[in-house]
Amino acid sequence: MSAPKNTSKKATDSEPVRNTEPRSQNLSEAAKQSQTPFDKDKILTTDTRIAKDLWFRRICVATASASVLILAFLLVSILTTGIPSLSWTLLTSSPEPDPVNAGLWPALMGTLWVCSLCALITLPLGIGTAILIEEFKPRNVIGRKIFHLIQLNITNLAGVPSVVYGILGLTAFVSMFSLFENNDGNMGPRVEIGAIHYDQFSNLASDPFLDTGNTDVRERFFLFPVASRNAAPVVPETGMLAYENRESGLVQVPIIAIDPFSQQPSNDSDILSRTIDQTSAPGRISKKNWYYFRIPFGRGVIAGALTLMLVILPVIIISTQEALRAVPGTLRAAALGLGSTPWQVVWNVTLPSAVPGIMTGSILAISRSIGETAPILIIAGIVYIRSAPQHLMDDYTVMPLQIYNWISRPQEEFHHIAAGGILVLLAILLTFNAVAVFIRHRMQSKLN
Amino acid sequence: MSNAVTTPRCTPRQPLRPTQEPQTSPPTSKMQADKANPSITNNAIVMNNLSSWYGNHQALNSISLNVQENKVTAFIGPSGCGKSTLLRWINRMNDTIQTARATGNLHLRNLDLLASSTDLVDLRRRVGIVFQKPNPFPKSIFENVAFGPRLHMKLKRSELMDIVEWSLRKAAVWDEVKDRLHAPALGLSGGQQQRLCIARTIAVGPEVLLMDEPCSALDPGSTLAIEELMNELRHQYTIVIVTHNMQQASRCSDETAFFFEGQLVEMNDTQSIFTNPTSKRTEDYISGRFG
Repeated sequence: MSAPKNTSKKATDSEPVRNTEPRSQNLSEAAKQSQTPFDKDKILTTDTRIAKDLWFRRICVATASASVLILAFLLVSILTTGIPSLSWTLLTSSPEPDPVNAGLWPALMGTLWVCSLCALITLPLGIGTAILIEEFKPRNVIGRKIFHLIQLNITNLAGVPSVVYGILGLTAFVSMFSLFENNDGNMGPRVEIGAIHYDQFSNLASDPFLDTGNTDVRERFFLFPVASRNAAPVVPETGMLAYENRESGLVQVPIIAIDPFSQQPSNDSDILSRTIDQTSAPGRISKKNWYYFRIPFGRGVIAGALTLMLVILPVIIISTQEALRAVPGTLRAAALGLGSTPWQVVWNVTLPSAVPGIMTGSILAISRSIGETAPILIIAGIVYIRSAPQHLMDDYTVMPLQIYNWISRPQEEFHHIAAGGILVLLAILLTFNAVAVFIRHRMQSKLN
Repeated sequence: MSNAVTTPRCTPRQPLRPTQEPQTSPPTSKMQADKANPSITNNAIVMNNLSSWYGNHQALNSISLNVQENKVTAFIGPSGCGKSTLLRWINRMNDTIQTARATGNLHLRNLDLLASSTDLVDLRRRVGIVFQKPNPFPKSIFENVAFGPRLHMKLKRSELMDIVEWSLRKAAVWDEVKDRLHAPALGLSGGQQQRLCIARTIAVGPEVLLMDEPCSALDPGSTLAIEELMNELRHQYTIVIVTHNMQQASRCSDETAFFFEGQLVEMNDTQSIFTNPTSKRTEDYISGRFG
């Protein structure tokens, strides 16, 4: 019973010995019993194994460095084009037609609004669902089947392309399956809270009755409150009160009726640039409060947030499930054995231990939602947004969309500020990921 | 916290003030204790024809035995013989296993333990369990012991502190941790962690202590500490211990039950079982011939 020798040389040396001694045929039973199943010749030479190991390591290094190199190349090219265009203007101004003054403030704020709202909706939903699936498993067969089906669905939904969610969001949240269409064919929402509607008139005049002391000809805007979006138009007459748009806000002024034909402005674009809303012409406009709410949601912030929720909900559920599963069962047993209710087990033991994992998964999912373009492209469309969102139903744009918009323009200057925008987006994403790493590290060191 | 109003029920049966705590007396021989009080034969736990299954696998087959009050009862037997299963039915920890079910009678005093209407929260307060592997929560030592009382009682900070100190003293770990009550429990040694787990269990004022191989993950020194602790605790608690260690069973227990393949082979007072077993299988097992 000699110990198997471990080197290749010995294996080749013993070759002739085997040939002279045919085994296992003319050996007695006792000899067979004493024989070990280890044949020296069957032992592989170690140098081929070591060589394989070396080559495998080289391949790993090569693939890893390839991805790092590509990333480095991308970063360098973005940095060289983007850094010169990084400026305070880029951060704080609206996307003007002139690339020198253009910025992504509305897109930045749109991203913040949509993604924070998305996180606010998604985190409770996703974590709650994961807790239900992991910690409150039903005991009966039917319940288990249903839970299995839910689990299967969630796993599948995680792999659905986000553009599909965009189409779903368009149907479900933007138009709400057309369930709330007005019968008169007007495009306005069925339910509306927090909006005041006006009829807006413009007047090129120096009117001694309305504006004493200032005699130069200038354009004036008057707003007449109306009952609803679809009310009949107001016809101004002498003696009515209107609101005039001054820089600071709305000021009440008395009206002297003038011949409507004479108040037609000569230059439409001029009016556009100085109208109260800046994007609306004379006509029916509305001023919305911060709590403005409408059904259907339309192409507002809330529809965007809900659509992004569809995209990241499966990711958050699955990562939370993983985090909950990683909590040792002995801790649950200890808490149960002390007389905790299942909810007390979850709240006092399982969740605190799972928080680092949940936070990491959630922040990664949210940073994914920051970078999502396709669903937003479908539900928000490329619209020209000059201001940050003011309420949940406001129009918005997000940074990836703004970058896409700039890149698709022919002028070289826009490509440069697009590179600057990419840098800002990257900075936000990296900050989020750094926060995730920090939280996980902090929580884990606190737990142990 | 449905039990918050029933505070008196939850109070440990020992005085809480550490000054009134009787000093640890040297472990007396259990046989002497038995002879001194031969009349104490109240049954705390009664089981009749208890059978249990995991799915289609029968783990227990018609077990009938009584566990006497304020005594240490040891369950011994080879691996897979069902002793842990039986233990886990006493506080219904088996409910966490989806496929587990049981038939027969299992009563703690007047409480039917197998009824689906049994209040598991109150049951598990009355029947505490200590597991094989020390499993303190990843919290501070104080938080670990305070966990149970906070679930069941509405306490002032000072009252909570009293219970924590009482429990830690009772579990013979107070002197080692009193200066670092707010240090993480996972920083303690294995034996200290296990005694902390015992302190955590008795902090809710249970009547019965179930111990599922409490020393199998510990070194001999910690094992000794826990055995001495059981000797102390047996005056206030009904203790059921599952063990693979024959010496431990003979050292610590008053009664011993030997299980084999889901059946109760023999149950008797410990001395009789170890000196004069009636069954051949028991004799083979305790003499180390199999298992």
